[in-house]
Amino acid sequence: MATTYQTIMLTPADFATLLLTFKVACLATIFMLLFGTPLAWWLARTQSKWRGIINAVVALPLVLPPTVLGFYLLILLGKNGVVGEFTTWLGIGTLPFTFTGLVIASVLYSMPFVVQPLQTAFSSIGNQPLEAAATLRANPLDTFFNVVLPLSKSGFLTAIILGFTHTVGEFGVVLMVGGNIPNKTRVVSVQIYNHVEALEYSEAHQLAGGLLAFSFVVLLVLYTVLKTSPNVK
Amino acid sequence: MNAEITSSITARFKLDYGNFQLSVNVNLPNSGISVLFGHSGSGKTTLLRCIAGLQKAENGFLKINGNIWQDSDNNIFLPTHKRPLGYVFQEANLFSHLTVQNNLNFGLKRINAKSNTEKYQQILSLLGIEHLLDRMPERLSGGEKQRVAIARALVLNPEVLLMDEPLASLDFKRKQEILPFLSRLNRELNIPVLYVTHSQQEVAQLADFLVVLEAGKVQAAGQLSQTLSRLDLPLSQEKEASTVWNASIIEHEAEFHLTRVLFEGGSLNLPTINAKTGTPLRVQIYARDVSIVLERPKATSILNVLPATITAIAEGESGQNIVRLEVGSQPLLAHITRKSVVVLNLKIGTAVFVQIKGTSILN
Repeated sequence: MATTYQTIMLTPADFATLLLTFKVACLATIFMLLFGTPLAWWLARTQSKWRGIINAVVALPLVLPPTVLGFYLLILLGKNGVVGEFTTWLGIGTLPFTFTGLVIASVLYSMPFVVQPLQTAFSSIGNQPLEAAATLRANPLDTFFNVVLPLSKSGFLTAIILGFTHTVGEFGVVLMVGGNIPNKTRVVSVQIYNHVEALEYSEAHQLAGGLLAFSFVVLLVLYTVLKTSPNVK
Repeated sequence: MNAEITSSITARFKLDYGNFQLSVNVNLPNSGISVLFGHSGSGKTTLLRCIAGLQKAENGFLKINGNIWQDSDNNIFLPTHKRPLGYVFQEANLFSHLTVQNNLNFGLKRINAKSNTEKYQQILSLLGIEHLLDRMPERLSGGEKQRVAIARALVLNPEVLLMDEPLASLDFKRKQEILPFLSRLNRELNIPVLYVTHSQQEVAQLADFLVVLEAGKVQAAGQLSQTLSRLDLPLSQEKEASTVWNASIIEHEAEFHLTRVLFEGGSLNLPTINAKTGTPLRVQIYARDVSIVLERPKATSILNVLPATITAIAEGESGQNIVRLEVGSQPLLAHITRKSVVVLNLKIGTAVFVQIKGTSILN
């Protein structure tokens, strides 16, 4: 009995990584929505020649090894990088191996998982409801919040879930940009790696199994709830 | 029919899409139903969208009831949401996330108007949608959706109601369900309507004023009966060519199941119409149902024989001629053979009699 109890108790260190992971994923998701929504709207509606290029850039993290993205971010944000010089000038210091740097890396890495469902949702709405709203005295911003947003609810749900879970699941970028600093940048996926390195398989199991169950449940909800919702396009 | 035209709608647009050019300069009355008629690709919908501001003609001028909505020379372009108009799309285009009630109130909220006024209730009952208020759009039939869409535009009390083929996506039965609403609507609410269609039937049934568009240009614009009877328009040549007279019931002859109606220029005997004397109605007379005789026939089974004067004759296809006549002040078209024109020696100015074999009542 006691041993069973022991196995489901997390060590404070493991618990801290869980909490940190949750914080990173929440913040990253919020920022991805803030930046990703206008970006997806622009991509869905524009006829600009830049559309193809921007689309490709946003989708890059889907195909790149995370270490490649992490490597360039490290250089960019580092002391001699453009962004690094700027943040140093601002007095913030450099961002690699900080919580902020970790969030920034996560946002860039998981962005396509937010932008693409939103872009699909916005495209599928089409012009018609927007024109109807305009003839009913709604200005473009009003139309966006009161027509576009409610009509793309399922797109937002998908974007939030995919963005959040993908951030939780990342490893390569985190390790490159964030490192492995307890309470600062050590997230669950890194902690699992630490446990395995130390041959602490049962601890690794707890976190890995937990992550597996979490991801499965979330995706299950995503596919069952959304499939039965009439608003899914 | 239309009393005084106090002010009007002036629209001038030039637009170039490469393979399509719109070049329009037209004045429309600000009362009654003005139909923009043309085949697909004629620019009728583009013209309507320019009036709504949904499309921006690089070169345009639009003045409605004295207010300028667009004047590209002075860089004025009122965005759609600032134009006091109502717009009904071909597809009802209701917001699928809102109930019928909230669809109706969408615009009202934005002009800070109340939803339970007398006029609001009148519109709901006129369109017969009071019982649908709690439904979601997906649970409405096509005809119901379109009625809600019309109501949604009307409750804003727009200065002009723009309708883009509102019946085109409906089957025959649904069309018949909505058409009577449209003519009532205009009589009871007195909002000028610009109505786009490619259906001659809808033209005959609804139009007071007719604008014929062809390849982005206005071919003709004028009162319905005058425009329908212009021989220089392809409309008068078509098999379904007709003229429409406004008339009113003067008496019923119950014994013969007939109703007599009066129009500007005489009276007609029609099959019984179930309506009170004085009721206004539209009588459509197809050109193919009109024949011409030189003297009043002494004995004929045709009830409606009227004196008329020939005002124009044009060649039609395969030996057919189109004759335009005037009965009193009302224009009338007759499709007869070239041979008849020669044998009867018909010329402009010839006084004749027309025999009308059939008529249809449009409302």
